[in-house]
Amino acid sequence: MGQAIAFYTLAAFILGFAVMVVSTRNTVHSVLFLVMNFLFVAALYVLLGAQFVAVIQVLVYAGGIVVLYLFVVMLVNLKRPPEAHQDAHRHGAFGFWLSAAVLIELVVIGIYGYARPAAPVAAVAAVPAGGNTEQVGWLLYTSYLIPFEIASMLLLVAMIGAIVLAKREL
Amino acid sequence: MIDTVVIPLLKIVIVLNATLVAVTYMVLLERKVIAWAQSRLGPMRVGPYGILQPVADAVKLMIKEDITPVRADKWVFTIAPIISMVPALIVYAVIPFGPKITLFGRQVSLYITDINVGLLYVVSVASVGVYGIILAGWSSNSKYPLLASLRASAQLISYEVAVTLTLVSVILMAGTLSMVGIVNAQYNQHVWYMFAQPLAFVFVLIGGLAETNRAPFDLPEAEQELTGGFHTEYSGMRFALFFLAEYANMIVVSSVVTTLFIGGWLPPFPNTPVLHFLYYVPSWIWFFVESFVFLYMFIWLRATLPRYRYDQLMRLGWKVLIPLAIANLVATGIVKVLVS
Repeated sequence: MGQAIAFYTLAAFILGFAVMVVSTRNTVHSVLFLVMNFLFVAALYVLLGAQFVAVIQVLVYAGGIVVLYLFVVMLVNLKRPPEAHQDAHRHGAFGFWLSAAVLIELVVIGIYGYARPAAPVAAVAAVPAGGNTEQVGWLLYTSYLIPFEIASMLLLVAMIGAIVLAKREL
Repeated sequence: MIDTVVIPLLKIVIVLNATLVAVTYMVLLERKVIAWAQSRLGPMRVGPYGILQPVADAVKLMIKEDITPVRADKWVFTIAPIISMVPALIVYAVIPFGPKITLFGRQVSLYITDINVGLLYVVSVASVGVYGIILAGWSSNSKYPLLASLRASAQLISYEVAVTLTLVSVILMAGTLSMVGIVNAQYNQHVWYMFAQPLAFVFVLIGGLAETNRAPFDLPEAEQELTGGFHTEYSGMRFALFFLAEYANMIVVSSVVTTLFIGGWLPPFPNTPVLHFLYYVPSWIWFFVESFVFLYMFIWLRATLPRYRYDQLMRLGWKVLIPLAIANLVATGIVKVLVS
């Protein structure tokens, strides 16, 4: 009962802040609502019992990635394009049909999602009964080692790409 | 009911009040210590030996006019000091002041809570505190604060990386992320991590100095360079909140360093039977004394060292501390595998 109340309250906040992200005029306010959204998602993770993921969500997502978003948004002085001032509902029909299509897709996935075959997990190593962090660490380094290494290579490539793009002379 | 709600609430009330009083008196302590380092006396007029000076400061700041710049973003301008202060206070939820003791016939643990990702919680809350500085500078709608806040936040996020990497080697030695677990690990392994990981100790101290914008890394709030930095446009109680948030962060860093490296509530040499009389001193007194030593050290460093230039600061963070922290981590891992 308490879990249900907590979940619905958190979900209401998450959705509310998500709506404010896209509907507010000021870009910096939009980023700040995004931060609040992430903090409540971290609370949702705690509700699910994944404390490690919750703290990492705050540390990496809310405390690192969105800070960089904020830098960019603050320094790049985005002005609205002149057409935006004319008619707020000029793309009304297109928006309506697009959101209807996405909603139908979500409903279909929700209905048929329960019947999907079990995802193949290659040779799950015996996870020791420990705290959250130990279990995540075990899984990352045994069953999911290859995706972990590929993800770190991806981050490295992204970093190098960012430096190459940003430097004036190399 | 009593154990799950009333006692934690009481602990929270006590810890919050003690923190706020401590933070207010840190102002006086800093002025006194810097004065003594400079062969003068500091505040002496208000109350005996200047004891009531923080009260005078608080009253002055509260009755000052609260100015909001005309073109400033009102909401963000208002919540920026709050965003600075709140993370500094909520970290106290995981800092252990002592073990379980018996108080009035009940087993009471001298910490508000012990979550199994305690140290990560501390680091993540510190990373949210950066927002206060960024938003303060941006919402002031003025050149100097914006520049200063960008510099300050770049400094903070750089040193966050260095400190987090260094803390991983401490976690490796302790085998657990919970703060109480780390203190217990120091007891079980018969060594304070200050001696087992001297490099990590030094790096966390340096990183902690940089994280709280303290000298010698206090360029973001150096009056001579940036006319007051990110809190230029703040006056009265809002400025007081920033000020107090900085001191609260300092106390938090001292407490965390005490817990991780000096055995928290353990007396010196906790396992030698000869020194068992040290256990008569309550555990939390050891904790406060050790934190106080680090606080004094922070103020002492401010009185002594000149300020780093910004590019030197960033170079230190990225090119020196991060490689050394990674090297420390690798060495710790190798030693741990060889020994066990």
